[in-house]
Amino acid sequence: MATRSTHRSSNRRLHPWRPLTALTVILLVLFGTMAALSSWTPKLGLDLQGGTTITLTASNTSGSGSVDPASLEQARTIIQQRVDSLGVGESEVTTAGNDQITVSVPNVSQDRLRDMVGQTAQLGFRVVYYSEAVASPTASPEASASPGASASPGASASGSTPQANPSGGASASATPQGNNLPTAAPSAAASTDPAAGLPSPSPYPTEAGQGTAPDQALSWQPTNQDAANFLAYTCGDPVVDTPDQPLITCDREGTAKYLLGPTVISGNQITTASAGIPQGQLQWVVSLSFDDAGTKLFGDATTQLYQGTPSSQFAIVLDGKVVSAPQVTQGPILTGQATIDGGSAGFTQEDAQNLASVLKYGALPLAFSIDSVDTVSPVLGGEQLTGAIIAGLLGLGLVVVFAVLIYRALSVVTISSLVIAAALTYALMVLLGESLGVALNLPGVAGGIVGIGVTADSFIILYERVKDEVRAGRTVRSAVESGWVKARGTILISDGVQMLSAVVLFVLSIGAVRGFAFILGLSTIIDIVVTFMFSKPLMTVLMRSRFFRDGHRWSGLEASTIGVEELPGLRPRTVPATSGEEA
Amino acid sequence: MSSFLKQLVRLSHGENVWDVMAVRRRWYLITAAVLLVCVLGLAVRGLNLGIEFRGGAEFRAPVDVTATTVDDTRQAVEQLDLPDMTDITVTTIGDHTVSVQTRTLTTEEVTAVRAGLASFAQVQADQVSYSLIGASWGQQITQKGIIALAVFLVLVGLTISIYFRDWKMAVAAIAAVLHDLVVTIGVYAWVGFTVSPATLTAVLTILGYSLYDTVVVFDKVRENVRELRSTQETYAGAANRALNEVLIRSINTTIIGVLPIFALLIAGVFVLGTGPIKDLSLAMFVGMLAGAYSSIFVATSLLVDMKIREPQMVAWQKTVAERAERARELAAQGAGNGVAVGVQVADGDESGVDLPTADMGAATGGTAGVDGDRHQPSRLPRSRRKAQE
Repeated sequence: MATRSTHRSSNRRLHPWRPLTALTVILLVLFGTMAALSSWTPKLGLDLQGGTTITLTASNTSGSGSVDPASLEQARTIIQQRVDSLGVGESEVTTAGNDQITVSVPNVSQDRLRDMVGQTAQLGFRVVYYSEAVASPTASPEASASPGASASPGASASGSTPQANPSGGASASATPQGNNLPTAAPSAAASTDPAAGLPSPSPYPTEAGQGTAPDQALSWQPTNQDAANFLAYTCGDPVVDTPDQPLITCDREGTAKYLLGPTVISGNQITTASAGIPQGQLQWVVSLSFDDAGTKLFGDATTQLYQGTPSSQFAIVLDGKVVSAPQVTQGPILTGQATIDGGSAGFTQEDAQNLASVLKYGALPLAFSIDSVDTVSPVLGGEQLTGAIIAGLLGLGLVVVFAVLIYRALSVVTISSLVIAAALTYALMVLLGESLGVALNLPGVAGGIVGIGVTADSFIILYERVKDEVRAGRTVRSAVESGWVKARGTILISDGVQMLSAVVLFVLSIGAVRGFAFILGLSTIIDIVVTFMFSKPLMTVLMRSRFFRDGHRWSGLEASTIGVEELPGLRPRTVPATSGEEA
Repeated sequence: MSSFLKQLVRLSHGENVWDVMAVRRRWYLITAAVLLVCVLGLAVRGLNLGIEFRGGAEFRAPVDVTATTVDDTRQAVEQLDLPDMTDITVTTIGDHTVSVQTRTLTTEEVTAVRAGLASFAQVQADQVSYSLIGASWGQQITQKGIIALAVFLVLVGLTISIYFRDWKMAVAAIAAVLHDLVVTIGVYAWVGFTVSPATLTAVLTILGYSLYDTVVVFDKVRENVRELRSTQETYAGAANRALNEVLIRSINTTIIGVLPIFALLIAGVFVLGTGPIKDLSLAMFVGMLAGAYSSIFVATSLLVDMKIREPQMVAWQKTVAERAERARELAAQGAGNGVAVGVQVADGDESGVDLPTADMGAATGGTAGVDGDRHQPSRLPRSRRKAQE
C-alpha cells in the first residue's frame, strides 16, 4: 500500500503542468481570437448601454385555448421585419415563455418603434388598379429571397397547372397593368381630368372610417386625387395601411409601385396557407383557403379580375407593403381554394414558404398588447455600469486583503484563481457576444459577482480538506493530493446544484433574468475548469517548494495554523517526531 | 470576546468546539423569532413594489440636481394638466438625473410628459428616457418567477435526494431555502427598498447560493454519518462534528462572497441611488448571510431532528449510550456527569465549554470513546487508517 501510494503521488507529480499548460493554451486561444476579431469589450445589454425594450403579450383572439408556439414564432418573424424596416441597428426580437415577444433596440426613445411593434398585422387582398415599375436601388428582384421579389405569380384554381405568366421577373411590374392608362395621367373608369398639380402625396384620399366596405371594394374607383397621389408617390414614402381606404404603395423591394383599391379580403379570412409541390408537378406553389365570407369575396374578385377589370392582378399586402401581386389566369375561383404559383420563373422553396408564412400570419388568431416599454438612457446605463465595475473592483480588493489575512502566502492560489476565472469569463463574454449575441446586462454583472464567492469557495473547501488530512498525519504534500480527492466531490455536487439553478432560471425566466442565469451558469462551469485545471495543479506545484511543504511562517500551512504541533513527515530536526500528535 | 476568537482558532484547527446540535431548540426559537419579525414586516409595512409590479410610467430626465429640483419637476409635470395626475412621485437619482413616476399613460400622454420634462430640463425630448409598464406585467413576471421557483425546488429536491440518497436532506435543504426567501422579503419590507425585477433576480440567485451552501454542509454530514459505526457517534454527534469541521469554511466563504456584494450595496445606496444595483445588492447581501446561517442552523437542525426519529437511529442511539455508559463504568469515572439523560448540555455555545471535555450527552451523542483532550477530533478511523497503511 505504501509503495502504491508513493507511486501514485509520483505519478501525480508529473501531472500538474499538463492542465496548467492546457489552460494557458485555452486562454491564449481565447484572447488570440479576441485579438483577431479585434473586439475587446463584451456586448452590453440595453440596461447598461441604453436602449428600448418592449414586451408584448399575445392573446388568442379566437377565444379559446392558448397561444400556438408556431403562430408566435411567425408573429415574431413579422415583428422582426417591422423593426428591421426602421433601420435602428442591432435589434433583437425574441419570443419568451408561451405568449410573449420581447423587442430590444439599442437606441433610446423610439416612439415609432413602440407604435409599429404594437400594431396588429394588417394583411389584406386588394385589387391592383395600376402598377408601375420604378428604378430600384436594390439588386435585381430575382436575386432577392423575399416572395415579393419573385416573378409575378399567377393565381389559379386549385389543382390547375401552373399558368405561365406573360411577364415574368422584374419585367412583370415593368409593364403598367390595368386600363392601359397612359403613364402620364391615369384615365380611370371614372373619366375625369388627368390629375393636375396636387403633388402632395397624401395616402388618405378620404377620411378614415368613411371608406369603402369590403363588399363595396370591388366597385371602388380611383379619383383624380388618387391618380395624382400615385404619380407623386415614390417608394419609401411613409404609408398608412387603412383597410377601407385605397392604398398607394410599393412592393417590399421598392421595384414597383401600385395603386390599390380598398381591402377586399382581410387576412383573418384566410383559414389555411401552406407551401408545397403538388403531386406530379415540379414547381413550388402556395395553397390557401378562405372562410365562407372570404370565399364569397374572393369568388367575386376573381370573377371581376378574370375579365381584366380594372386589371387581372390583385395584391397581397402586409403592413402596407405588397408582398405578392398574383394574376388571375385560370378563371374565377369560387371554391375558396386557391393556389399561387411562381409564374414562369417559378417559386423557389424559400419564396413559397415565405409567402405561405405571410398568409398564415394574416390568419393568426393573435392579438398583441404592449406590456412594458422600458427605455434606459445611455447616460444612466453607463452610470450603473461604472458603479458596478468600481464596486466590483473594490469588493475584489477586499477579498484579496481578506484572503491574504487568512491564507497568507497560499492566498496566491485564491487570488490567481479569481484572476484566471475573471479572464476566462471576460473572454467568453466577449466572444459569445460576438458570435451568439449574448449581452452582458446588469443582472449578469450580479451573476459574475456571485461567481467570485463560488470560485473562492472551491479553494477554501480544498484548503480545509488539506488541513484535515495533515491533522490525520499526512505530509503537506500528500495531504494536498488526498484532500483533493475528497474536496473534488463536494465541489462538483455543489457546483452541480448551482448549475441546475442556472439552467432552470435560464429556461423558465424572461428578460434580463436570463442574462443573469447565463452568467451564473457560465461562471459555474468556469469555476470547475479553473479548480481542476488551475487551482489544484497550482497547489501541487507550490507544494514542491520547501516554503509551503515545510509550513514556513506566512506560508498558510504553518503547524500553528493547521493546528498540529509539528507538520507530519518533516525531516527530523531535533527530535525524531513523525507526527505531532497521538503518535 | 477573545475567548470566542480562541474558539474560532481551535475550530480552524479542526477541533469539535461547539455542540451546535445540542441546542437545536435554541436555533429553532431564534429562527422562528426572525421569521416572525419578517412576516410581521410584510404584514405591517408591505413591500415597496416598483412600477414594474404596479404598472405605471417612469420618466428620467437629465437635470443638475439642486435642492428645489424635486418640487420644480413636480410643478413642471402638473402644469401639463393631464387628468388624474395627482399621484406623482419625483425622486432624484445621483446628481444628474430626476425620476418621475406616474400612473399608466397613453401614448399621447407619454409624449406630452416627455416634452414637458424636456423643456423643463432644457434638453431634447429623446434624452428623456421612460418606461411604461402595463398593469398586468408585474403579475406576469411574478407568476413566472413563482413557476420558476417551484420547478427549481422540485428539481433540486430530486437532485439532492438522488445524490445523497436521502430525501430528508432534500426536505431540510428546501426548508432552509424557504427560510432565506422569507428573511430576504422581510428585510425588504422593513427597509423599504424598491422591489424591482432586479430584486427578483437577486432573490433567485440566493436560492441557488443557499442550496449550494447547504449541499457543502450536507456532504460533510454524509461523510461523517458513513463512519457512525467506527466512530461510535450518534447521528446528531456526527452531524455536529460535520458542522464544526465545515464552519470555518462557511465563515470564510461567506465573507469572501459577501465582500463584493457589500461594496455593491454601498455603491448602490450612497453613490448610484435608485436603480437596479441598489435593488439587487440588498437582496443578495441579506440572502447570502441568511443562506450561510440557514444551511448550518436551520437545515442541519431539521435534518438531525428528522433522522433521529428513524427507528434505526433510535436503536443506534441506544447502543451508543449503553456503550458509553459501560465505558464509563469501566473507567470508573464517577462524578455523575456520565449518563446525562437529558438534553442538558446547553452550556456548549458561548460559555465556551469545550465539547470533548464536557459531556456531550446522549441526546446529541458525543463520541462515546474516552478520547479526552485531543487535537484531532474524532475522524480518526478512515483517514488515519489510510495514512498508516
